[in-house]
Amino acid sequence: MLAAWLIVFREVIEAGLIIGVVLAAARGVAGRGRVVSLGVLAGLAGAGLLAAGAGWLGQAFSGNGQEIFEAAVLSCATLMLGWHTVWMARHGRALAAEVRSVSEAVKRGERPLAALGIVVAIAVLREGSEVVLFLYGVALAGGASAWGMVGGGVLGVASGAAVTLVMYLGLVSLPLRHMFRLTGGLITLMAAGMAAQAIAFLQQAGLAELWTSPLWDTSAWLAEDSITGRFLHTLIGYTAAPDGLQLAAYALTLAVIFGLSRLLAYVPPQRAPLASAS
Amino acid sequence: MTRSAFLAFSLLLLAAVPAAAKAAEPFRQDVELKDHVFAPSEIIVPAGQPVELHIKNLDATAEEFDSSALKVEKVIAGKGEGVVHIHPLAPGRYPFMGEYHEKTAHGVVIAR
Repeated sequence: MLAAWLIVFREVIEAGLIIGVVLAAARGVAGRGRVVSLGVLAGLAGAGLLAAGAGWLGQAFSGNGQEIFEAAVLSCATLMLGWHTVWMARHGRALAAEVRSVSEAVKRGERPLAALGIVVAIAVLREGSEVVLFLYGVALAGGASAWGMVGGGVLGVASGAAVTLVMYLGLVSLPLRHMFRLTGGLITLMAAGMAAQAIAFLQQAGLAELWTSPLWDTSAWLAEDSITGRFLHTLIGYTAAPDGLQLAAYALTLAVIFGLSRLLAYVPPQRAPLASAS
Repeated sequence: MTRSAFLAFSLLLLAAVPAAAKAAEPFRQDVELKDHVFAPSEIIVPAGQPVELHIKNLDATAEEFDSSALKVEKVIAGKGEGVVHIHPLAPGRYPFMGEYHEKTAHGVVIAR
């Protein structure tokens, strides 16, 4: 039962961290609860489908189906997160100043909430499918321990959700301006981490055998499998022994997001006092 | 305009990553998973040579072959099989595990 708890808890945390940051980043925006909930539901439905089709996917594309799928959804998530970051750079300053009337932006339909919803769905889809496959295997094995393991699984979901909530509350307890800056930074790093992960999957499939030697190894200082290591892996893409191509993807994603944010950010025109009113 | 610029950049990134021609013949190793135990669980591979692990899952339920040391993560469906490509390894020990049955499904790749 403990084993099941740990396994499910780990998977839920990996999705929960992303959901927590996304929720915090969308704070103050009307409709974010609905979009994130829809994302979670869509992700759960997708997780079931992915688990059911795992055998088929594993054989598709000459056995590379799973890696290609992972790389595709991770790249999609990178795009969505990057888009949101650039959007916030463009409009964020105006938003921070008028957080009370942020619903204006929603009414104008400009805020890419859908992008965040898609990211949430992808996160739930990826981790959820692993939970489904694990619990399905447990159920299939049957026996007296099965119920204990399902119970462990339920505990895993509950405790994972609890940790996510704590992290979210911690984030939103920060003053608004600092919180937006922090979540903006986290989202950018998260996007870069996902890009590097996508590359790793392509390398795993043998589709990108370029610069594959690890450039360093910090496992002695922070093991990727440790709790902190996993947290940092999900939040900022920490890898103990990244190779050249993964680093390049990480750096390029950061460069593109930062570059576009700088390029497209502009200061909203000053609100002149109503001197011109006649 | 923002969105299309972004898409363009991403496409450029994808296009700039060529799939390099295989420099060396990969070392192939077959691994079987039965009753949630990997056989062999100690895999000796030559260092400095790319490795291909061909994993066959003889169990009825899926297992996730997971190794952060090898940077590999793949779900092998029940009664299914999968191949993971590993980059040329420096001499050393690289543990791996079946994430769903860690207690019994684990092993190590030894590069020398």
